[in-house]
Amino acid sequence: MSVLIKKVEAAYLKNEVPELAIGDTVRATIKVIEGEKERLQAFEGVLLALQGTGINRTMKLRKISFGIGVERNIPVHSPRLTELVVTKKGRARRAKLYYLRSRVGKEALKTKNKI
Amino acid sequence: MKVLATKIGMTSVFTEKGLRVPVTLLQVGPSKVLDLKTPEKGGYHAVVLGFGARKAKKVTKAQAGNYKKIGTEPVRIMREARSEEAPAVTVGQALDVSLFEGVKFVDVTGVTIGKGFQGVVKKYRFRGGPGGHGSNFHRRLGSAGANTDPARVWKGKKMPGRMGGENRTILSLEVVKADKENNLLLVKGSVPGSRNTLVWVRKAVKRT
Repeated sequence: MSVLIKKVEAAYLKNEVPELAIGDTVRATIKVIEGEKERLQAFEGVLLALQGTGINRTMKLRKISFGIGVERNIPVHSPRLTELVVTKKGRARRAKLYYLRSRVGKEALKTKNKI
Repeated sequence: MKVLATKIGMTSVFTEKGLRVPVTLLQVGPSKVLDLKTPEKGGYHAVVLGFGARKAKKVTKAQAGNYKKIGTEPVRIMREARSEEAPAVTVGQALDVSLFEGVKFVDVTGVTIGKGFQGVVKKYRFRGGPGGHGSNFHRRLGSAGANTDPARVWKGKKMPGRMGGENRTILSLEVVKADKENNLLLVKGSVPGSRNTLVWVRKAVKRT
């Protein structure tokens, strides 16, 4: 990648991003803009996948909300993402946990946490 | 007036509102105004731009004479930017991204990426055939015209052939940022040509 591209991206990258591992449960606090007002909204879910590099890195979070699976893609370096915390370490043996989508009930968001 | 720029590549940046927008980085020059052409001297208004540097020993004697006449060092690329009216620049002036400060929209002209010899499906977005169920009609162009009358194929019939490698201008691209520090112009969206190619940038003619 061109040095210049990196220079431009550097201005927009966050200095500190917590170490994210696939299968972790992550809480992302996102600034929501509704008309004039701004408020914070938390989205806590299992990290299904990480995609992209540099400024384009996004994470795919999945949670079960009132019995319905909800997924959200969030750019890791987005200025709207005000806080990012790993709440639970998970253990996954693959890079994309799309198989969790076909799971139902208690197992739905389970990633092995025994080592 | 249009100026020379190098297409560096694409990435994304975040806007103040926190939206991620795709941008193309254009390094504007820095090119130098080598000469001005006027109706009296040359027949029309134009700016002669020089970009980069060339070793003196790589220059032919004829070229060296021309450089001497206009009084500059040899340049890598020399181009003329024609204009209707007399441009507001002076000989020796360096043209860089500061020209586009406060400009909201630009037009970018470049040579599109060459695709080689392509069929009509890719080249003209023809639909092609159904493929399966014994149709034996896959990616052909179908009929080329009528039979006895006119007994020939109309001029301009869309047929397979060379695609790409043409001059294209993209109008009214939004300027996301004019980065003076790195001499870069960040425009929203894509721009013709591959990386490291030369493009022309001007203030948008249809939008301000």
